[in-house]
Amino acid sequence: MATPTLVKGARSTRSTIALKLAMAVSGLIFIGYVLAHMYGNLKAFSGEEAFNEYAHHIREIGEPILPHAGALWIFRVVLLLALVVHVASAVALWRRASKARTQKYAVKKNIRSSLSSRTMRWGGLTLLLFIVWHLLHFTIVKVDVSTGDTGSDNPYRLLVDSFDVWWMTVIYLVAMLALAMHLHHGMFSAIQTLGFTNTAKSRARAREAGWILAVVVAGGFSLVPIFTLFGVIS
Amino acid sequence: MDLTLNIWRQPDAVTHGALHTYQLAGISEDMSFLEMLDVLNEQLNAAGEDPVAFDSDCREGICGTCSLMINGQAHGPEVTTTCQLHMRSFKDGDTITVEPWRADAFPVLKDLVTDRSAFDRIIQSGGYISANTGSAPEANSVPAPRDKAMRAFNVATCIGCGACVAACPNGSASLFMGAKITHLGELPQGQPERYTRVVDMVAQHDAEGFGGCTNIGECTAACPKEIPLDVISQLNKDLRTAMKQGR
Ligand code: HEM
Ligand code: SF4
Ligand code: FES
Repeated sequence: MATPTLVKGARSTRSTIALKLAMAVSGLIFIGYVLAHMYGNLKAFSGEEAFNEYAHHIREIGEPILPHAGALWIFRVVLLLALVVHVASAVALWRRASKARTQKYAVKKNIRSSLSSRTMRWGGLTLLLFIVWHLLHFTIVKVDVSTGDTGSDNPYRLLVDSFDVWWMTVIYLVAMLALAMHLHHGMFSAIQTLGFTNTAKSRARAREAGWILAVVVAGGFSLVPIFTLFGVIS
Repeated sequence: MDLTLNIWRQPDAVTHGALHTYQLAGISEDMSFLEMLDVLNEQLNAAGEDPVAFDSDCREGICGTCSLMINGQAHGPEVTTTCQLHMRSFKDGDTITVEPWRADAFPVLKDLVTDRSAFDRIIQSGGYISANTGSAPEANSVPAPRDKAMRAFNVATCIGCGACVAACPNGSASLFMGAKITHLGELPQGQPERYTRVVDMVAQHDAEGFGGCTNIGECTAACPKEIPLDVISQLNKDLRTAMKQGR
């Protein structure tokens, strides 16, 4: 609601832009992570031994200065914190936006906005659901859908047995489409939120960065399930 | 041309409104959109009905008073203000839906008229520079680099119409604020208050109940003065700098 008075004692950290900055920074942490994760998955093309060796190696990073799986736990804590910040800011801004226009238009056209920019919130929620499902599937329960076994200690077998099942591959491909859309706008949006698009040229660059990131990350992730389903990885 | 108009009618700020349908015949394509509404109002007056209330002042595209959502587009289908929109942009037999700007920070006062004083308060909170009164200083005593002056002049064309808010799915006024921040921030005269300005203006914006920006870009597509999206980047950057300064 409009207020008839002027704000006193304004603070930059309590603004909507501060929330946006928190989203941008936490989003960039995710981007660094998905790039690394995608690269790691591609090891599946090098076969069972290389892939399992890689999965094992992650737990040894930083040893002996860090305990076994120490670095892995640091990554997990950072990612969890980033997720909490990202989702909490998203929810706060979503609520603000719905209160900013309680009476909707009877007719409203979208002229220049991309589909991905308009689906950030529902797309983000889809990603959140996927993240929960994905962690249950590969990290916490480690359920092998073809045998029904849980707690597999062979990451490569778990991967192959999962994506041999067509509907598992479909779930992952749909999630990657959602990720591609979120990254297409998210990358651009983060660069703009951080204030690096002060010219038409830098804005065009930031949009290109969104496209490239979306294609590389979602494309790279999709290769392993697709090639497994078609029996190239077995 | 003959037209069917769906127009938002609302007797006052507190009563619920609704779309009403009107038929208009014999409209010339050389009329402006507001002249077309004037014709409708004469027709309503003659029939003893309450004329449609809408805002306009200069009718030459410079004051920013006119404000209509026309078929889902702020200021209608052309890149211009409602007063500079002409009926040649429509076809005979068209149905045109006309609504007020929709934003809780711009409450509807009557029919198509909204209270946009929230923008005045955003300006009041920081959209100014302090200058000594007295005789005007020599015009060339404060040199401004050409590229900065050009950018400042380009975005100083913002007329405060509010189309950016009306078009934004989040109901954010970031393009308007960005235009002011960039306009004053590019010039030497705007430097002393630069970083308190951005904090104060954003705080007022948020308190008025405008939404947060998600860089969707509908604002700049709707802006009659073609204010570019990079002013929002500038706004974000100035706020980030203010944050670093602990403001
Ligand atoms: C792999 C996971 C994710 C990545 C890589 C990611 C990345 C990003 C990035 C970079 C931004 C741009 C920030 C900005 O505009 O300044 C963003 C925005 C956003 N994210 Fe995420 N995000 C992820 C997960 C999620 C989840 C789980 C949600 C759940 C609600 C979510 C919701 C949003 C929303 C609502 C926005 C703001 C929309 C906008 O700025 O247009 N994201 N995300
Ligand atoms: S930025 Fe453009 S649309 Fe927004 S108030 Fe200024 S002139 Fe109107
Ligand atoms: S009436 Fe002044 S800009 Fe339209």
